[in-house]
Amino acid sequence: MSVRDLRVHRGHTLALDGVTLETPAGRVTAVVGGDGAGKTTLLETMVGLVTADSGTVDAPPRARIGYMPSGAGSWNDLTVDENVSFVGGSYGLSTNEVAERAEELLGRANLLDARDRLAGRLSGGMRQKLGFCLAMLHQPELLILDEPSTGVDPVSRVELWRLISEAAAGGTAVVMATTYLDEAERAGWVLVLDRGKALLSGSPDEVIASCPGVVVETDAPVHPELAWRSGEHFREWWPDGTPDGRRPAALTLEDVSIVASLREAVS
Amino acid sequence: MRAMILKEFRELRRDHRTMGMLIGMPILMLIVFGYAANFSVENIPTAALGPQAEQAATLIGGVPQAPFDVTQVDTTGTAQDAEEMLQRNEVDVAIVTGADPVVAYIDGSSLFSAQTAVAAFNRLGDRVQTQVLFNPDLKTSWVMVPAIIGLILTFIGTIITSIGMVKEKQTGTIEQLAVMPIKPSTVILGKIVPYFLLASLDMVLVTVLGMLLFDVPFNGSVAVFALGAGLFLFVVLGLGVFISTISQNVGQAIQTAFFFLLPQILLSGIIFPLEAIPWAVRWISYFLPLTYFTMISQGVMLRGAPFDSLWFPLVMLTVMAVIVFTGAVLRFRRDLAPGDGKRAKVKAAA
Repeated sequence: MSVRDLRVHRGHTLALDGVTLETPAGRVTAVVGGDGAGKTTLLETMVGLVTADSGTVDAPPRARIGYMPSGAGSWNDLTVDENVSFVGGSYGLSTNEVAERAEELLGRANLLDARDRLAGRLSGGMRQKLGFCLAMLHQPELLILDEPSTGVDPVSRVELWRLISEAAAGGTAVVMATTYLDEAERAGWVLVLDRGKALLSGSPDEVIASCPGVVVETDAPVHPELAWRSGEHFREWWPDGTPDGRRPAALTLEDVSIVASLREAVS
Repeated sequence: MRAMILKEFRELRRDHRTMGMLIGMPILMLIVFGYAANFSVENIPTAALGPQAEQAATLIGGVPQAPFDVTQVDTTGTAQDAEEMLQRNEVDVAIVTGADPVVAYIDGSSLFSAQTAVAAFNRLGDRVQTQVLFNPDLKTSWVMVPAIIGLILTFIGTIITSIGMVKEKQTGTIEQLAVMPIKPSTVILGKIVPYFLLASLDMVLVTVLGMLLFDVPFNGSVAVFALGAGLFLFVVLGLGVFISTISQNVGQAIQTAFFFLLPQILLSGIIFPLEAIPWAVRWISYFLPLTYFTMISQGVMLRGAPFDSLWFPLVMLTVMAVIVFTGAVLRFRRDLAPGDGKRAKVKAAA
């Protein structure tokens, strides 16, 4: 599965501008970026909801893709079991297959006790986990998750991440959009988008190592336009190295993403 | 307070549907009611039959305050011809000469015309004997029940269907459906069939209840009635699907459905007789599906009208069903498969 040199317009806005991404089996790819970065457009193009102006999408057929949209991806007026049964039937699974997969997935997601509850009555975290189970029900080759952990409590986030890791360990290629950079650091591959352009791409370590210039921790930034708050202090980016040879701070994916955005803005 | 009022006005200004209801609807209602709110029938299509048909035509054409419009004169016509003409809704009154007194057959299913005609003939005294067919007691309920069946189907078809369809969009599950390996036509049919069945069930329920509670007769063919109702259901379900494609949430769908419902209630002949509505407004009535369903339901239930006398409303409903239903389904399909037709750029792996 890959997309190459994608250009996509949404209305008059250029939502994706030359984006390329490889998603091999068994790897979790995190697509990171702020609002309007193009994350959802990229995922929707991959599943065929949006048509690219140019570029190629090399994707499995629909029956082998699992998709969880940015809503929960479940039907609020159906119970958990009814949701599973509907989605299983739509993917052509037999009643026995649906029952087996439901037992396995709902068990792993700790949703077995909620099988008779309406999806609309589940907590945010439970609903997201149900959405994940529905997307995974037919054992897809490619699993696409649009911000699965947004608005979810920390415990459910951990559980969701466990489910995602297990899916990848089982050989599924996972692509997930997220705004949480700590979450993205756990992925095998990170794609940082900003206003439709791919700013950075690589493993989290590679992305962090690729940061140009130096980032230092300071309480009094010299160039406020190149500084951002981090806890009680500031971090400041020096594109050509620090003049006084101060020790660089230990970088996070968040620092590197901010530097990439600043670099794009400066250029 | 000032900030709140300002905020409310700003929001309203951008809510085009509410603005339409606030400004457009009162103007529309004023104009429609002003013209259409008229129960006095000023033109009653009339036939004069029998040996003295020509004299009778001249006589009743001159009756004061009686708007008989003699459209057919047949000196060989009989009482049986008169009944058939009324049954086929060719005229509302048929006067049969040749006997003393002359008999005026009146179609009771055209309630307001019948009431006007009876009053006019009563003023002539014993010279004309009146005989009201199909609704001898001129009961309003007999005329209303067949029309209300159509109104209920319109309600279910437009409001309930559009809500059911737009919910998928509002909750984001329509995207889920769009990426599932289900054909758009399967999704659309799967969404529409339950409403079609429920509306059909409602139609049977209301018809039977109307007959039991109000003694409304069912004189015609069930098959013709079912055909008309089925075609009508396709039109109103199509309207419901169309409304869901131009609405983003349930509130908008209900608001939009009212724009489609109100003209049907006011102008389809249910409340004000079509013949009493001036042509400046009446032309709208002929674009409304309920107008044609009412012609069929009243015709079949009250007059026992045969299939061939109802060809016009049946053809109109067929044309509307094809246009509205196809258009709506194509629009809904576009929501479900936005990439279709351009998928050549997407290479599916084997």
